[in-house]
Amino acid sequence: MKTFSIGGVHPNDNKISADAAIHDFDIPKVAYISMAQHLGAPAEPIVAVGDKVKVGQQIAKPSGFISAPVHSSVSGTVKAIDTIKDLAGNPCKAVIIDVEGDEWLETIDRSEKIESEIKLEPKEIVAKIAECGVVGLGGATFPTNVKLSPPPGKKAEFLIINGAECEPYLTSDYRLLIEKSEEVIIGAAIMMKALGVTKGFIGIEENKPEAIKKLSAIAPKYAGIEVVTLKKKYPQGGEKQLIKAVTGREVPSKGLPIDTGSVVQNVGTAFAVYEAVQKNKPLFEGIMTVTGDCSSAQKNFRHRVGTPMSEIMAACGGVPEDAAKVISGGPMMGKAMANLDAPTLKGTSSILYLTAEQTKRKEESNCIRCGKCVSACPMGLEPYLLNKLGRAGRMDDLEAHFVYDCIECGCCSYSCPAYIPLLDTIRLSKQRVMGIIRARAAKK
Amino acid sequence: MEKLLVSPSPHIHGKDTTAKLMRDVLIALLPVTAVSIWFYGLSAIKLVVVGVLSCILVEYLIEKFLLKSKITICDCSAAVTGLLLALNLPAAAPWWVIVIGSIVAIGIAKMTFGGLGQNLFNPALVGRVFLLVSFPAIMASWTAPAPWGGEVDAFTGATPLGLIKEGLMSGKTVQEIIAANPNLSTGQLLFARAGGSAGEISVVALLLGFAWLLIRKVIKPTIPVTILVTVALFSGILWLCNPAQFTDPIFNLCTGGVMLGAIFMATDYVTSPMSTKGMIIFGVGIGILTVLIRQFGSYPEGVSFAILIMNATVPLINMYCLPKRFGRVK
Repeated sequence: MKTFSIGGVHPNDNKISADAAIHDFDIPKVAYISMAQHLGAPAEPIVAVGDKVKVGQQIAKPSGFISAPVHSSVSGTVKAIDTIKDLAGNPCKAVIIDVEGDEWLETIDRSEKIESEIKLEPKEIVAKIAECGVVGLGGATFPTNVKLSPPPGKKAEFLIINGAECEPYLTSDYRLLIEKSEEVIIGAAIMMKALGVTKGFIGIEENKPEAIKKLSAIAPKYAGIEVVTLKKKYPQGGEKQLIKAVTGREVPSKGLPIDTGSVVQNVGTAFAVYEAVQKNKPLFEGIMTVTGDCSSAQKNFRHRVGTPMSEIMAACGGVPEDAAKVISGGPMMGKAMANLDAPTLKGTSSILYLTAEQTKRKEESNCIRCGKCVSACPMGLEPYLLNKLGRAGRMDDLEAHFVYDCIECGCCSYSCPAYIPLLDTIRLSKQRVMGIIRARAAKK
Repeated sequence: MEKLLVSPSPHIHGKDTTAKLMRDVLIALLPVTAVSIWFYGLSAIKLVVVGVLSCILVEYLIEKFLLKSKITICDCSAAVTGLLLALNLPAAAPWWVIVIGSIVAIGIAKMTFGGLGQNLFNPALVGRVFLLVSFPAIMASWTAPAPWGGEVDAFTGATPLGLIKEGLMSGKTVQEIIAANPNLSTGQLLFARAGGSAGEISVVALLLGFAWLLIRKVIKPTIPVTILVTVALFSGILWLCNPAQFTDPIFNLCTGGVMLGAIFMATDYVTSPMSTKGMIIFGVGIGILTVLIRQFGSYPEGVSFAILIMNATVPLINMYCLPKRFGRVK
């Protein structure tokens, strides 16, 4: 079984909501559609207050190369274009729409029929994906069209679909894999055509045997697509770790996946690409999990982007009494919510409740130099040392010890027996060092 | 749900805590403690109880009255030091010797450096070596082991390594010395009839503890295995060159503190290297130094010195033996 070679941890996978089929969540009464749905520059609204919009209609245009358009997820009247708070409590611009009915653009194919024939040419596919606002749904929400256009001089050899879902608790990718198996594979085939590659891999962790079985049955119908079973180990779904596991190649430090000839896309992205290219449907819905050991409901929902998270929580019985932290995303890399009213985004993958016992940080004690963080680091760094250097503010030494290679997976903090919040320090140090590196490059 | 916590990721934590790791070391030391109590009876119990209690007390008093800092005796590290110190002494050692050893181990080797995780040298070994050079007579008066209820303190003799050293000094060959001492046969050495420190008594009991540490993933096998392999290879080469002058590898592995040192002292997190490459260098160094001191030095046993010497090189090893980085293949 394939896996990456250095580091990693084995948290309990807790896929409690794995058997809950995906349901459509109710359309909200008011949708708050954020302009910062993706990595890069926020989109610029192209509608005005009072405008009538339909489901799937573009309401904001990209503002830069790394940016993406935003489409309305509801039909109704634009009530306001205002600043709202995102889940961390930071301000962001949003188009607020009063919902009236559910009227879709006629151009969107709403039938359930599976369209397997890829009619568009590579350039048209990339344009379509850009136009439909498809972004990476694995966490970083990087615009997909940019990833499908390798820079000059670089050549893609493989497409890797990331179905590892190595974060504990999350099950949205898993549900998508077993409920929309063929669509995901067609999505992969579309991206392979766009990239001009003949080999595609779908990497799935061993703890999802049903998904492996289903996809392995369908994959042979599509040329060049192979299902790869991966060992259950976190962070198997990290881009660099996945490439290493599947192809045996290592993305060089400061390099990009394309340097190994690989392009990695998430399962959710593959499905969004399918819908965009074959069904002409922009990305305005997402699949998310509501879960947690203390949660009364274990659900997988398809939500309209812009639905207030608090409405989803309320529909699932409210925030549990003993929940101490509400997380959007997985327990290893997700974000703790400071604002429960924040709307869902394209990349929202879950609402996870953790109890105080599960999540409360214990008091930090002395580093005992056990080396568990060094063994756990999938990038081969020395977290204990970076933490010390970071606290001492030694930027040159941090750079010399490759702090910028950190992928912020959290394996170090997770494994530290002294409960030292290693990643907190390393993350801050990394930002400062990257700032210094950028400033130095700008000076030259 | 009164207030919600907000903090950066990761939001969950593994099951390891410092105290849990230390407790696992204590559990791993149970078999050998039990065996030494079986063979040395009350004197071993006294040794262990006084050792553990005095180490904990010294740490408590220093933190409470000298440093006025947080009391950390609950992390069990002082208990581990105390137990290891007790197991490194002759069973007949008087109680005050252990107390002095504890004061040196915890007070000087650990707390002056800043407490757990800050010390350069293994505290229990510093304590032991201090006693060895301060009270050579007491530290060399070994009680011959006798099973529970048997005649304890029947005679006071030298350790197997001591017997060999004395014999060689008086001009005998290794074979003659072993033939004259039936207690030096391999079978006896494996199952606890060799005299020595309380914790050196049974190789099998020590290996049981090693297995526990590995199962619980407290330590990696790298350091103990490299030490044992190096001792076996190096002493084997010497033995092949001159079997009359040098003891065989199995004898070397089963006597003295090699097992105890390799499994429990050299693997001390604080004083051993972080990376696999570093661990191998560290282990090979200890192995070579041990055999050199045993075969050519004036002390019969050299594990303690070997580990302490290599402890001093750990910061250097950590600086040069870096982990394998991702994405830096040439």
